[in-house]
Amino acid sequence: MKLPKIKPAELPAKGAAWADDRLAAAGPLRRMMNKVFPDHWSFLLGEIALYSFIVLLLTGTFLTLFFDPSMTEVVYDGSYAPLRGVEMSQAYASSLDISFDVRGGLIMRQIHHWAALLFMAAIVVHMLRVFFTGAFRRPRELNWIIGIGLLVLGLVEGFAGYSIPDDALSGTGLRIVSAIILSIPLVGSWAAFAIFGGEFPGDLIVPRLYIAHVLIIPGLLVALISAHMALLVKQKHTQLPGRGHTEKNVVGHRMVPGFAAKAGGFFMMVFAMLALLGGWFQINPIWLFGPYKGEVVSAGSQPDFYVGWLDGSTRLWPAWDITAFGYTIPAIFWPTVVLPGAVFTIAALWPFLEAKFIKDRAHHNLLQRPRDVPWRTAIGVAALTFMMVLLISGGNDVIAEKFNISLNAMTWAGRIALIAGPPLAYFITHRICLGLQQYDRQTLAHGIETGMIKRLPHGEFTEIHQPLVGGNGHNGGHGDGHGHLDAEAAYEQIPVPKKMNKFGAGGPSTPGFFKPIEKPVPHKSSAMVVEETVNAPNSLP
Amino acid sequence: MSQGSASNRGSGDPDSTGINLDDPAVTEFDLVAEGARRDGVEIVRYRPRFDTDSPKSAAEKRIERTIALCFVLTGVAAFAFVGIFGFWEWKYQFGAGADKWFTPLLGTAMGVALLGIGFGLILWHKKLMPEEVAIQDRHDGASSDEDRVLTGATITHLAAETGIKRRPLLKGAVAFGLAPVGLMAVAPLGALIKDPGNELYTTGFTGGVRLVRLDGSPVRPDDLAAGGIETVFPGIPGGTTNEHADSPTLLIHLREADAVKVRISPKYADFHYENYYAYSKICTHAGCPASLYEQQTQRLLCPCHQSQFDVLRGCKPIFGPATRALPQLPISVDSQGFFIATSDYKEPIGPAFWERPS
Repeated sequence: MKLPKIKPAELPAKGAAWADDRLAAAGPLRRMMNKVFPDHWSFLLGEIALYSFIVLLLTGTFLTLFFDPSMTEVVYDGSYAPLRGVEMSQAYASSLDISFDVRGGLIMRQIHHWAALLFMAAIVVHMLRVFFTGAFRRPRELNWIIGIGLLVLGLVEGFAGYSIPDDALSGTGLRIVSAIILSIPLVGSWAAFAIFGGEFPGDLIVPRLYIAHVLIIPGLLVALISAHMALLVKQKHTQLPGRGHTEKNVVGHRMVPGFAAKAGGFFMMVFAMLALLGGWFQINPIWLFGPYKGEVVSAGSQPDFYVGWLDGSTRLWPAWDITAFGYTIPAIFWPTVVLPGAVFTIAALWPFLEAKFIKDRAHHNLLQRPRDVPWRTAIGVAALTFMMVLLISGGNDVIAEKFNISLNAMTWAGRIALIAGPPLAYFITHRICLGLQQYDRQTLAHGIETGMIKRLPHGEFTEIHQPLVGGNGHNGGHGDGHGHLDAEAAYEQIPVPKKMNKFGAGGPSTPGFFKPIEKPVPHKSSAMVVEETVNAPNSLP
Repeated sequence: MSQGSASNRGSGDPDSTGINLDDPAVTEFDLVAEGARRDGVEIVRYRPRFDTDSPKSAAEKRIERTIALCFVLTGVAAFAFVGIFGFWEWKYQFGAGADKWFTPLLGTAMGVALLGIGFGLILWHKKLMPEEVAIQDRHDGASSDEDRVLTGATITHLAAETGIKRRPLLKGAVAFGLAPVGLMAVAPLGALIKDPGNELYTTGFTGGVRLVRLDGSPVRPDDLAAGGIETVFPGIPGGTTNEHADSPTLLIHLREADAVKVRISPKYADFHYENYYAYSKICTHAGCPASLYEQQTQRLLCPCHQSQFDVLRGCKPIFGPATRALPQLPISVDSQGFFIATSDYKEPIGPAFWERPS
C-alpha cells in the first residue's frame, strides 16, 4: 500500500481545516484573538493573582504526591536529626519528609507558600485598583462580588494550607480558630465539635482541612476565577480616561500578538520571582517549630499577613464578655467573627451602597482617576488605614520587643490609631486629591513647568512654561509663543502631561545608553515647536 | 483561515463593505485588518519598528541578538536545573554541606530560565513587533427589546406548556415531593454533629491524679526551686498527649517574699499547697498556652494576644483581651510525697462559649 505523502508545511492548515469542519471555530477564535486589551500597568495586578494561582496548582499537585494528612502519632525517623525519635503526627512527619527527604520537595513547598502570599497580596492590590478607579460600578457589580468571594475563599484556603502541616504554629492557629468557633452564640460548642469531630484537637481536623485545601476550595476558586474571566471578556475591559478613550470603545492592543506576548512574558516573570523566592528565602521553617503540642507556644507567633489583621483585631479588642441570663457572648466573637463579616459584607455591597448614595444609575466603562473622586479615594484610604493598623497590631509584640517599647503601650497605641487613624487618613487624602486636581488645572492653565528661568529686561525672573493647548483635543486655542495661553484648556479628568517634552527642550535627547543607536533628529526651529506641540496629539487617537 | 471560507464570507456577507478577499493585490495584513474590522476592532495605528524592506540596521541586529540571548539563557538554565536536580548532592545532612546549596541552586536555575522567556517575550513585543493601537467598539448594555420580549415569552410560556396553572394537584405534589429531597441532600451532614456533652467542662484531672511532667515522671515539692515553674499534666494514660490538650497546667512555686503578697478569693483558699499554685495553662481568651512567666512582676503572659494574668491575684487578667482568670487546680501531696490534684478544675478551662456558666 502506498502511504499518502505528508507535507509538514501543510499540516497546520490541514489540522485547522479538520477542526473547523467540525467546530466552525474560525469566527469565534478570531474574535477572541482580536479582543482589545487596554494598556496600563495597573491592569497587571489581577494577572499576578492569576499567575500565582497557576503556580499554586502546579506546586500544590507536586506536594500532594508526598503529603499524608493523617493525625496518627508516629515517631520521626527522617533525615532531620534534631527531631529524630520525637512523637508527632503523620502529617507533620510527612511535611518534614517533603522538606528533607523528597528531592526538590523543599523548593516546591517554599514556592507554594510564597505563591500563596503573592496570590493574596495581588488580589488585595488588584481590589484596591478596582476600588480607587471605580471599576466596580455598573455594569461590573457582579464581578466585584465574585472578586470579594475569591478574596474570602483565598483567605480560607491559605489558612487551611497553613494548618495542615500540623507544626506547633499551625496547631496554635487552629486552637485559636477553635476558640473563635466556640464563641459563636447559641451554636458555638456544637459547631466546634462538628468541625473538629470532638473536643480540640481530635484526630480529624487535619484530614478534613486537607480535603478542603486540595479539592473543595480549589474547585470553588477555579469556578469563580472562570466566572470572573468570562464576565471580563463578556463585558470587556474598563479603561482609564485618556485621549480617544470613550465609554463606547476600548483602546489598546489586540490580544494576539501584543497582549499575548506581554502577558506570557509577564507570567514567566512572576513565576521566576516565585522560583527565586522559593530557592533563596526560607519561609515557614516548620522543622524549627516542632510538632504541635497543646502546651507549647512561643513568642512572636504570627499568622500569614492575610490573617494577620484578624490577629491584630483580636489583640486590640477590649476584654468585654457579655453575660446575661446564664449565657455568654465571649469577647473574641466581635473581632474575629463580627468584624470580618462586616468588612466583607460592606465590601461586597459597596457598588450598590455607592450607587444609591450618589444616585448613580449610569453605565460606566471609563474609569475615574482617584483624584477626581476625592471622597471615594478618601474612604478607601481610611479603610486601608483601618486594616493596616490591625495588621501592624498583629505583630505588636515583635515591634515592642525590637524597638524596646512597652507591649501595653503598643496595644493602646493600636486602639487609639484604629479609631483616630481612619478619619485622619480621610481628611489628608481628601486634601491631597483636591491638591492634585488643582495641580492639573494649574498646568492646563499655564503650561508645563520647564525649570527654565528667564530674566526679563526690568529684572523680574519668570519660569518658562511649555504650553499645553490642544493637549486634550478639544481646545483649539494657540499659545502666544511665550508659554502663555490665550485660553485655558478645559479640565477633563484625564491625565495631564507634567514633563516637558522634547520639543519644549530644544534638541531631543538621543536614545542609547553608551552610544547613540539612532541618528539624531534634526533640530527644529522654535516656530515648529509650537506647531508640533499643538498638532502632535491630534494625530494620535 | 483558508482562502475558500474567506472568499465565501467576502461575497456572501451583506454587512461586508470592505475589501474583496480574492483580489490578488490584498496583502496578508489587509486580511488581518479586515478580520479585525468585522470583529469591531479598528487598527488605527500600525507601525513596524524597523523597515523590513531595507537591510537590518545595527540597532535591529542588536535587539535581535539580545532576544536570542534571552532564549539561549533559558535553555542553558533549564538544562542546569535538570542537571542540578538529578546530580547535585540533595539529601539533607545536619550541619553544613553541599546539600544546603541544592534548593538555592534549583531556584536560581528555574528563575533564570523563566526570566529568560519573560524578558525575551517582552523585548520582542516592545522592540520588534509593530507598534499598534487598536480600538474596539463595545456594544454593551442590555439585550435588545425584541430579545427581551421573545425570551421572556419563551420562559413564561413554560407555565402554559407544562400546564402547571391548570393542574394545581401537580403543583402541590411537586412541592411536597421535592422539598424533602433538599432535606435529604443536607441530612448526611448530620453525621458531623457530635454532642459536646461535658467535655468542655472536664480535663484529664480528677481527685488523686498525680501531676506529671511531659516524660510522665511525677513531681515532688522539692523538685521545684522557689521562683520556678513547671508545666504538668494529668498522670493518666495519654495525659501528656494532645488527647488531653485541655489539661496542661502550670505549677508555680512562689518565693516566700511573693507568697505573702498573695490575695486570693476565699473560694480558692485551700487550692494551693504551701507556696505551690497550679493554674490552667490554657488561656481563657483563645486557648493558647499562657506560659510566659515574668518573675519580677509575677505576671503570666499569653504570647498570642498578650493577655496578662496576675499570679498573686489568682491569675486575674490585668491587661489584654482575656476576661476571666486562669482556673486554679486544687492540689495537694500524696502519701509518697508527690503532687496530686484533689479534684478536677472547678470551672471550665480555656475559651468561653455560649452556654458556659458565667
